Amino acid sequence: MIENLFPNVDWTKMWEATVETLYMTAISTLFTLVIGLGLGVLLFLSSPGQLWSNKLVNFISGAFVNIFRSIPFIILIILLIPFTKFLIGTMRGPDAAMPALIIGAAPFYARMVLIALQEIDKGVLEASKSMGAKTRTIIFKVLIPESMPALVSGITVTAIALVGYTAMAGIIGAGGLGTLAYLDGFQRSREDVTLVATVIILIIVFIIQFIGDFAVKKFDKR
Amino acid sequence: MMIHLTDINKRFGVGTGSISAVENVSLEIADGEIFGVIGYSGAGKSTLIRLLNGLEMPTSGSVKIGSLEISAIKGKELREARQKVSMIFQHFNLLWSRTVRENIAFPLEIAGVRKAVREKKVAELIELVGLSGRENAYPSELSGGQKQRVGIARALANDPEVLLCDEATSALDPETTDSILDLLTGINERLGLTIVLITHEMHVIRKICHRVAVMEAGKVVELGDVLDVFQSPKEPITKRFVSQVTEPVEARQAMAHIKEEFPSGTLIKLVFVGEKTEQPVLASLIRKFTVDVNIVQGNISHTHGGAYGTLILQLLGDSAIIEEAILYLHENDVQTEVIGND
Repeated sequence: MIENLFPNVDWTKMWEATVETLYMTAISTLFTLVIGLGLGVLLFLSSPGQLWSNKLVNFISGAFVNIFRSIPFIILIILLIPFTKFLIGTMRGPDAAMPALIIGAAPFYARMVLIALQEIDKGVLEASKSMGAKTRTIIFKVLIPESMPALVSGITVTAIALVGYTAMAGIIGAGGLGTLAYLDGFQRSREDVTLVATVIILIIVFIIQFIGDFAVKKFDKR
Repeated sequence: MMIHLTDINKRFGVGTGSISAVENVSLEIADGEIFGVIGYSGAGKSTLIRLLNGLEMPTSGSVKIGSLEISAIKGKELREARQKVSMIFQHFNLLWSRTVRENIAFPLEIAGVRKAVREKKVAELIELVGLSGRENAYPSELSGGQKQRVGIARALANDPEVLLCDEATSALDPETTDSILDLLTGINERLGLTIVLITHEMHVIRKICHRVAVMEAGKVVELGDVLDVFQSPKEPITKRFVSQVTEPVEARQAMAHIKEEFPSGTLIKLVFVGEKTEQPVLASLIRKFTVDVNIVQGNISHTHGGAYGTLILQLLGDSAIIEEAILYLHENDVQTEVIGND
């Protein structure tokens, strides 16, 4: 029955491509989370009136975030080819997509982290200071927990954007559902392959969104 | 003396655009005292209270708490000093992500107190501020008064010597305000804690403060015992604050005081309105009846609608005659109210 509907779909290849997409999304999301969070906290704390208030640091981190956030992803991949070759040793396979994915997504997430941190009640930060809290305590026990719902919904949006980025990375042969849909589906005019790959991507996006929404609800005690 | 402020000046910004928030303030606050600072917003009282825990540093002058000069330390030393000079806030400033128990434990975590000790201390504090049964609630599930109780418990966690109250009752309704003020008074008496509070409500000053400083445009314009300031306010701004406290509450307290001071005889309160204030009702009462009349308190206020007078008398003598005397006053259209019997 399924073979009749999708005559050209090689289910083994489709499964492999799905695993590759999931792998690229998961690993790049993890790195984006760590780097984006660090960058976002740095942006926040170095802004005027904050604990590490520093014009130079704020300017540099802000410029970095704005520049990399503004470069279209497809161009970023190409620009990063030499860097990727140096780092990974090859331009093929899911690992080769990682630097571009992370460098493309981390500044995007950093900006969302900054917005989340700016939403925190100033009074709570003042209260923490008045209790004699160290900056490290303020970061890990106040800033992050108090902005958790926004941080989680931000990483959800970022992870979904990353699913899209992995598909684009397929153009340069990163593997995954994007490559499959483009090379096996589009270029060989096998519409059924493109369709199935698209549906799987949609399912992945829906699952990420569902998990994200669930986590936000669980964290939000306001 | 617990707190010494010497020639404090605080300016924000530099050059011509700078604003002076506190000007030439020198104050001494005694150990165990409840000291109030009253002023309208922008008077500099918020800045003043933040100088006491180093959230703001003076442009010039020195802030000393005990023997420690707060205005001269920073870093680790200042953070440790802050554990002994804690603060509660107008908007409570609790962490929404933590339960009541976890909020109160937070300063203990900061101080590096072990978990077992922490739990014991938190349980005691919850008991002290009357929040038993609400330990696992989140701030969003609490009323304003309960949130401030959490704030107070949190502030007391590291056994501070000084408690700073930044408009701590301004976001609460009058009844809750009173219960929080009672809690603060209790803490002051039981723990011997020095309390410094800032407010724009004279009611707060009157209810719990021992001494008060009135601030206007960054300066302390009047300073003294609360009772003295209430009886004879000197500055116009102080007079405005004193008049804020409405008559009924004041009168009720005065009444309780009088009852204590004059336990014998019958206390009556006469209210004269309008032209009755001009007739010698009292003189004829004394002539007609064999009672001893003792004037306890009296005043006449001239309002928009005419004169309004109250007189509190202590009547000593035969109870039958006293009754007749009261009846006589009624006949003469003087409002008479028996407020205390022996």
